[in-house]
Amino acid sequence: MGVWADYLISDAPQSRRQARLGQFWRQWLALKRNPLAVAGLGIVVALLLVAAFAPLIATHDPLAQNLDRRLLPPSSAAWFGTDSLGRDIYSRIVYGARVTLVIVMLVVLSVGPIGLLIGAASGYLGGWVDRALMRITDVFLAFPKLILALAFVAALGPGLENAVIAIAITSWPPYARVARAETLVIRNADYIAAVRLQGASQWRIVLRHIVPMCLPSLIVRTTLDMAGIILTAAGLGFLGLGAQPPIPEWGAMISQGREYIFDQWWVATFPGVAICIVALGFNLLGDGLRDVMDAK
Amino acid sequence: MATATTDSLSAHSFRVGRILWRELTTIAITMFGLLLITFLIARVIPIDPVLAVVGDNAKPDVYEAARTELGLDKPLWQQFAIYVGKVFTGDFGKSVLTSQPVLTDIKRVFPATLELATLGTLIGIVLGVPLGVLAAVYQSRWPDQIARFIGLFGYSIPIFWLGLMGLLLFYAKLGWVSGPGRISVAYQDFVNPVTGVILLDAAMQGEWDAFRNALSHLILPSALLGLFSLAYISRMTRSFMITELQQQYVIAARVKGMSEARVIWRHALRNAMVPLLTVIALSYASLLEGSVLTETIFAWPGLGRYITNSLLNADMNAVLGGTLVVGAVFIGINLLTDILGRLVDPRAR
Amino acid sequence: MRGIAKRIAATAFVALMATAAYAQTPKDTVVMAKQIDDIISLDPAEAFEFSGVEVGANVYDKLMGVDLANKNALIGELAQSWTVTPDNLTYAFKLRPGVKFHSGNPLTAADVVYSFQRAVVLNKSPGFILTQFGFTKDNVLEKIKAVDDSTVQITVSKPFAPSFFLNCLTSGVASIVDSKVVKANEKDGDFGNAWLKANSAGSGAYSVRAYRPNEQYALEANPAWYKGAPKNKRVIVRHVAEPASQRLLLEKGDVDYARNLSKDQLAAIKSRPEITVSQGDKGYILYLGLNQKNPNLAKPEVREALKWLVDYEALERNIVQGTYRQHQAFLPNGFLGAITDKPYKYDVAKAKELLAKAGLPNGFTVTMDVRSVNPINDIAQAIQAGWAQAGVKLELLPGDGKATLTKYRARTHDIYIGQWGPDYLDPHTNAETFAINENNAEDARSKTLAWRNAWEIPEMTKTTLAAVLEPDSAKRAATYGALQREHQKVSPFVIMFQQIEVAAAGKGVSGFIIGPSSDTNLYSGIVKN
Repeated sequence: MGVWADYLISDAPQSRRQARLGQFWRQWLALKRNPLAVAGLGIVVALLLVAAFAPLIATHDPLAQNLDRRLLPPSSAAWFGTDSLGRDIYSRIVYGARVTLVIVMLVVLSVGPIGLLIGAASGYLGGWVDRALMRITDVFLAFPKLILALAFVAALGPGLENAVIAIAITSWPPYARVARAETLVIRNADYIAAVRLQGASQWRIVLRHIVPMCLPSLIVRTTLDMAGIILTAAGLGFLGLGAQPPIPEWGAMISQGREYIFDQWWVATFPGVAICIVALGFNLLGDGLRDVMDAK
Repeated sequence: MATATTDSLSAHSFRVGRILWRELTTIAITMFGLLLITFLIARVIPIDPVLAVVGDNAKPDVYEAARTELGLDKPLWQQFAIYVGKVFTGDFGKSVLTSQPVLTDIKRVFPATLELATLGTLIGIVLGVPLGVLAAVYQSRWPDQIARFIGLFGYSIPIFWLGLMGLLLFYAKLGWVSGPGRISVAYQDFVNPVTGVILLDAAMQGEWDAFRNALSHLILPSALLGLFSLAYISRMTRSFMITELQQQYVIAARVKGMSEARVIWRHALRNAMVPLLTVIALSYASLLEGSVLTETIFAWPGLGRYITNSLLNADMNAVLGGTLVVGAVFIGINLLTDILGRLVDPRAR
Repeated sequence: MRGIAKRIAATAFVALMATAAYAQTPKDTVVMAKQIDDIISLDPAEAFEFSGVEVGANVYDKLMGVDLANKNALIGELAQSWTVTPDNLTYAFKLRPGVKFHSGNPLTAADVVYSFQRAVVLNKSPGFILTQFGFTKDNVLEKIKAVDDSTVQITVSKPFAPSFFLNCLTSGVASIVDSKVVKANEKDGDFGNAWLKANSAGSGAYSVRAYRPNEQYALEANPAWYKGAPKNKRVIVRHVAEPASQRLLLEKGDVDYARNLSKDQLAAIKSRPEITVSQGDKGYILYLGLNQKNPNLAKPEVREALKWLVDYEALERNIVQGTYRQHQAFLPNGFLGAITDKPYKYDVAKAKELLAKAGLPNGFTVTMDVRSVNPINDIAQAIQAGWAQAGVKLELLPGDGKATLTKYRARTHDIYIGQWGPDYLDPHTNAETFAINENNAEDARSKTLAWRNAWEIPEMTKTTLAAVLEPDSAKRAATYGALQREHQKVSPFVIMFQQIEVAAAGKGVSGFIIGPSSDTNLYSGIVKN
C-alpha cells in the first residue's frame, strides 16, 4: 500500500502512465474530502447496482397487470402501492432505473463526441468554418430546449430511441461552445506550434492534440449535464413522447399518476422521488468533480 | 488638433456602424436559420395539418378544399418562400387552430408568460443573491454547504413533478393558493385586458379582489420557476463574490476598518453585480421562452404551451410565429446584456 | 433594511392567506369546467366537434328537433308544421310566427333559405349532411325556396326515407342564422364565416358574448327566446383539461359543473352527497379497427379470435365504469334500429382454437396505434395484457391524437383504437361509415371507416345504401338490426363500448340536459339555489 501511495504521489513520475495515475489518485483524494460529492457517488453507484440487479431487487413483475388490485395504497404487499392497471409501483421504479441509465448513457455517448468535434474544429480552424459552425450553434441555442426536443420527437415519432436522438440533437451546442473556448486557448500554445512545425496535418492536430486537452472540462460538464438529461427525458416521458408503454419510464409514470394525484398520491409521488434522488446524485458528483478537476 | 478629433470621431462612428451591421446580419442569419429549421421539422412531422381545420369526419371534397386553402398542394420550398415573403410585409398569417391572426394570439399568450417569468425571476433574485453572498462569505462552511445543496436540489427536481406536489399540498390539501389557470372565473370579468398582464391590469383598475385572486393563482407556478432561477443565480453569485472578496480593494477596505457588512454588501456585491446582471438576464430569457411543463401543469395559457400545442396540430403559422418571438427574445436579451456589460464594465471596452 | 424585509414577508403571508377564501360563482351565472380545446369554429355551418356543436345547440334554433322525453321522436321547432309529397321528394315547412333573432330582426323564410344556402356553398366539414340530399352550390336556390315569408319548400334528389331527411335537419349544420346580421359581416364572399367563427347571430336561448380559443366561452341569456327566457343569465364554460382538476374545482365551488370526470373521479365524488351526477347515452362508439391489409388480420378466424380476446367486462368495471357501457354493435343505443346483442365475452380457449384454425397456434405480432390519453391508453394496455394470454404480441405505438389519426386515414396502421361519433341523429350516419365501402382503391372518393380498414364489402354496401330509401320506419329498423348482426360476425371492427356522458353538478345546481348528441346538450334549464 505504502509503495503504491508513494508511486502515485511521486513528484517525479517516471512515465506518462505514472503521471496520469498520480493525477487521478490526487483528484480522488480531494473528492473523498467532499462529503456531498461522496454522497453523490454513492447514489450513482446505487443506481448502477439497482439497474444491474433489478430482477433480484424487485418484488413483482413490473409489467404484470392485475385490474382487480388497481390503485392500492402502499402496504407490505406493494411497498409503493399499485398504479391504475394494478402494477406494482416499487418494482416498476426498480426496473425504471435501467431505462434511465440507458437514456443517459446513449445521450452522453452521442453528444460528447459531436460537441467536442464541432467545437474543436471550429476553434482550431477558425475563419469561415468557425463562423458557419457557430451560427448553427446559435440557431440551436436560440430554441427553447424542450420545445426543440419535442419537435424532433414529434417528427421522428414517440419512443425511447427517438427521445434519445432528440435530446442529443438539442444538447450538443453548449458542449461545442465549451470545447471551442478551450481550443482557442490551447491552439496558441507553444507545443501546438511545435507539432505544426513538424508537419502534422490539421485533422491530426485537432484529433490527437486539441481534443484530449478539452476532455477534462467536458467530462465535468457531462456529469453535471446528466441530471439535465434525466430531467429532459422525464419531461418528454411526461408529455407522452418518451418511452412507450408498458416500459416503466419514470417520467411517463408520473404522467400516469397525474390523473390520480389528488386521491392516490403515491402513483405520481414515488417515481418523482426516484428522479430527484438520481438527478441529485449526478449533480453532487459533478459538482465535486468540477471542484477537483477544474481547480485552476 | 481639431481635425484629428473629427477624424477619430468619424473613424469611431464608422467602426460602430460596422459592428452594428455585423450584428444585424448575424441576427438576420440566425433568425432565418431558426425559421428554416422550424419549418422543416414542422413539415416532416407525420401529422396532417388539414385535420386541425376540418376534423376527422370531413368528406374528401371538404378536405381537398381546405388543403388547397392552406397552400399545402404547393412544393415545400414554395410554401417556405411564400411564408418568409409575407413575414417581411408584417403578415404572420392566421393560426389554423384558433382561426385568429398569429400576432393576435401571441399578444394574448405572451403577457401570461411574461407575468410568470418576471415574478419567478424576482423570487430568484431576492432569495438567490443573498444566499450566494452568504455562501461566498462562509466559503466551505455550513452556510456554503446548505446553499450548494439548495442550488443542486433546484437542478435535480423535475419541475412538473414539483408542480404536481405543490398543487396537491397547497391547493388541494391546505387551500392556501388557487388552482390551475390565471384567475378564477368569478373575477375575470372585472379585469379589462389592457396590457394583458392581469396583475398590472387589476392594479391599474383598482380591482384589488381580482388582484389578490390572480396573485393566488400566480404564486405557486412562479415560485416553482423561482426555485430554478434561484439555483442558478445563487451559484453564480457565490462564484462572482468569491472572486471579488479576494480583490485588493476589499483587503484595503478591511484594513481601513470598514465594517464587514459594509465591505460585503456595499462594495464587493456592487462589483459582482456587473457579471451577475448577465446571468440574471439569461435566466430571465430562458423563462420568457415559456416553460412548457409548468404551463402544462398549471393550465397557464402562455407561449410555451401555445407553441407546443400548435406543433402537435401542425399549425404551421402559429409554430413559426411563436418561434420567431422566442428567437427574438433570446437574441434581444443577449444583445442587451452585451451592450449593458460593455457600458458598465470598463474592462470589456 | 431588516425592518422592510420583515414587513414585506408579513404582507406576502397575509396576501397568501387571504386568498384561502374562495370566491363562489355569482348566483345568476353558471360556470362549467369542460374540455373545449376541440372547438374549431362556432359557425354552425362549420362546427363539427362536440364542444362547438354544443355551443350552437344553445345559440341557434333549427327547423326540426327531437323530443328527449319521448324516445327522441321528431318534433317541429322553428317549423310549426310540415308536409311531404307522396313521392317523398318535396317538403314544405310552415314557420312558427313571431320568432325574433337576438338582433331583434324577425325570423323569416328568407333567413332559412340563406342559412341552408351558406351551409351548402361553404361546404365545410358538416356540409355533407345537407348536400347528401342533392343540393349543390349551383342548384341550392332552386331546390330550397321561400314560398312566402313563413313557408319554405325543399326538394330532395331521391325518395329518401322522410325520417332520414328530417333527422338530418335536427343537426347543427341546419341551424338558422340571422341573414341580415351575417350579410353585414360578410368579407370577400365568405358568407360571414370568418366573423361567425367567434360570434353569433341566432335566435336561440343564448348569444355568444366572448370566445377565447382553448380558454373559455361565455354565453349571455336571451330573455326573448321563443321557448321562454333561460333560467340563468349567463353561462361561462372554461377549458380545464384534467378530470382531477375539474373535480377539485367543483368540490371547492369554483365551478358549478364538471363535465369530463373519469371513472375514478366519479367514484370519489360518490362520498359527497351535495354533488349530483346526471348522465345520458352518447352516440360515441369505442372500437378497434383491424386493417385488412395486414395478412394476419385479414383471416376471418383471427378477426373473430380477437373479438373473443377482449375482457369487456373487466375493462368496464375497472377502467371506464360510469363513462362507458359495454356495447358491441355499430348503432349506439337510442338510435333507430339499435340492437343490444353482446355475442362476445373474454374466452381465451376459444380464441386459441380459432387462432390454431387460422394456422397461427402460437399467435402473432401486431401493432396498435394508441392516442396517448386516458382512458384509451389504459384500455390499450389492458388489451395488450389480455392478448398476451393467447400468444398475440401487441406492440403499442402511442402518439398524439392527430398523429395516430393521420396514420389511420392513410391506412398504414395495423390496429387502431378509436372512437366514432355519429354526425347526425339517423342510423345511416354510422351504417355508412361502418358498412359501406364503395371503392377499396387508394384513391377512393369516399373514405369511410370500412375503407380505412381496407374491408371490401360490395354486398353489404348495397344493403346499407338501400336502407336509406325505405320509407317505412319499422322495416328500416329491421334492416339495420340484421345488418348489425351480420356485421358483428364478420367485420374487422371489435366494437367494445358506447360512451355515457356525465355531468357532475355542485351544491344546489341542477337542470342541465344531456341529450343523445352534442346538438341536444342544453343549458337553458340550469338553476342555482
